[in-house]
Amino acid sequence: MITFDDVVKVYPGGSTAVDHLSLELPTGKTTVFVGPSGCGKTTSLRMINRMINPTSGRILIDGQDVAGQDDALLRRKIGYVIQHAGLFPHRTVLDNVATVPMLLGKSRKEARTAALGLLERVGLSAEFASRYPAQLSGGQQQRVGVARALAADPPVMLMDEPFSAVDPVVREGLHREFLRLQKDLGKTIAMVTHDIDEAIKLGDVVVILRQGGKLAQIGTPQELLDHPADEFVAEFVGRDRGLRSLSFDTAAGLPVRPLTADLLLDEAGRPVSWGDGEPTGGTFTVEDSLRLVTDLAITSPVGIAVRVDANGKADGLVPHHDLVDHLAERRAAK
Amino acid sequence: MSTYLSNNWETILTALRQHVWLALVPVVIGFVLALPIGYLGVRFPWLYHPLVNTCGVLYSIPSLALFVFLPVLLGTKILSPLNIVVALTIYTVALLARTVADGLRSVDALVVQSATAMGYRRLRRLIDVELPVALPVILAGLRVATVSNISLVSVGALIGVGGLGQLFTRGFQLFYTQPIIVGIVLSVALAGICDLAIVGLQRLVTPWTRYQRGAA
Ligand SMILES: Nc1ncnc2c1ncn2[C@@H]1O[C@H](COP(=O)(O)OP(=O)(O)OP(=O)(O)O)[C@@H](O)[C@H]1O
Ligand SMILES: [Mg+2]
Repeated sequence: MITFDDVVKVYPGGSTAVDHLSLELPTGKTTVFVGPSGCGKTTSLRMINRMINPTSGRILIDGQDVAGQDDALLRRKIGYVIQHAGLFPHRTVLDNVATVPMLLGKSRKEARTAALGLLERVGLSAEFASRYPAQLSGGQQQRVGVARALAADPPVMLMDEPFSAVDPVVREGLHREFLRLQKDLGKTIAMVTHDIDEAIKLGDVVVILRQGGKLAQIGTPQELLDHPADEFVAEFVGRDRGLRSLSFDTAAGLPVRPLTADLLLDEAGRPVSWGDGEPTGGTFTVEDSLRLVTDLAITSPVGIAVRVDANGKADGLVPHHDLVDHLAERRAAK
Repeated sequence: MSTYLSNNWETILTALRQHVWLALVPVVIGFVLALPIGYLGVRFPWLYHPLVNTCGVLYSIPSLALFVFLPVLLGTKILSPLNIVVALTIYTVALLARTVADGLRSVDALVVQSATAMGYRRLRRLIDVELPVALPVILAGLRVATVSNISLVSVGALIGVGGLGQLFTRGFQLFYTQPIIVGIVLSVALAGICDLAIVGLQRLVTPWTRYQRGAA
């Protein structure tokens, strides 16, 4: 657990970057700092590995004040990923990844072997190992940056806008892999982004900061979407927060109606189309989100979403007035 | 020409050997001195401008003036090769200290930051990251310093020491073109060979510069 205990940072010029911040980043979870430009996100992150020292207040990692620790030794236990990756241009991909293990005293051979395994983990084949950073695309560089940060298996990772320098399609892929990796590794991650969608997608906990480095709200993505603390947060999470909040609930609790003869099935029981030839426009399972069901009900030409089981066999219908009733109950229950 | 060469090859070789020695010893000493001096200009940013200005002034002192003035300052004999070595070392330091500082300043701040964040201490970061990344700039400066030293050594002939430059003075004194031609050819060849050697070294130690962004 990383604890911010009444942390203040005032830069020499007199600007307050972080203002009496107290919060906890749970162990093994991803905490995302988000907020408008200049609200102190990077400053907050860098105080964790002492790249910046707080003006007052304390930061503790598992109860230990970082202020008492040797900078370099502390940082070797904390992975760090930045926008544009900051790779060493003079080292091959493999040696970039081997950096921290070698600082920790591993032999070159050992460090390189481990590095090779890590490249694979982040989805880069061995052919990239001997390339220099200049020979990689932005997305590939970012993967190497992540592999490098993971190399010494640090319990804590700091990531400052790690995915913002790549195009949306690549970013989407990196997000998926990030979630997959984090599910395996369970690191305590502090991430910074200015993109609320990214925060909601990747964060277990989201910290919203406002101008002047003040905490606006901290909570799970769903808490922020369902119960924004004030106008600023409501505005920041977006006007479509109601719809987005549906991403966090599955269709498991959603009642369905029995199939009707209007829905044509193939011999395996899979939906083909509606009787009048209209397409079903997609299906959902109990594991899909309410957001997907809503989308299906809205876009279906007949206003009905079709549920299927794990084998793709149709097993229920949700007309869109049923969905509206369910959403109203859901809101009332919160 | 061939009679001149066969009668004088010993003199020519001695002159060439002296030329190499007078030009390259200052390069080595100057480089070693310039590294810490240039680094100070980066470590303490307020030192950078005074450093650049001082280097500029030193480099603009005419070489002949320096050769003549140094014996007074150092108490050396006017004909001592030491004067040339010291003078050229001063030029080399003036040129390279600034190059080292500029090279180190050219290192991407993100690269330095990420090295720090990974747990490099200052000295090891300098040796493992900053200097290697600055090397292309530094080696380019080294080429200039080497070639310029090789041509400056000849000026020393005017005060009686000066490797291949002595062939020029002798030629002029005797109204005899052959030593002049030999002197010119050899010093140009020497400069060319040294330059190529450094380029070769650069390719060897900075293989990564061959891959420019997007041109891989
Ligand atoms: N070294 C510094 N000296 C003085 N002021 C600084 C310094 N670094 C940051 N600041 C100021 O502190 C505030 C917070 O900066 P910080 O970099 O933490 O913001 P951020 O939330 O990361 O912004 P962005 O989204 O633009 O990266 C800003 O107003 C910035 O101008
Ligand atoms: Mg920032």
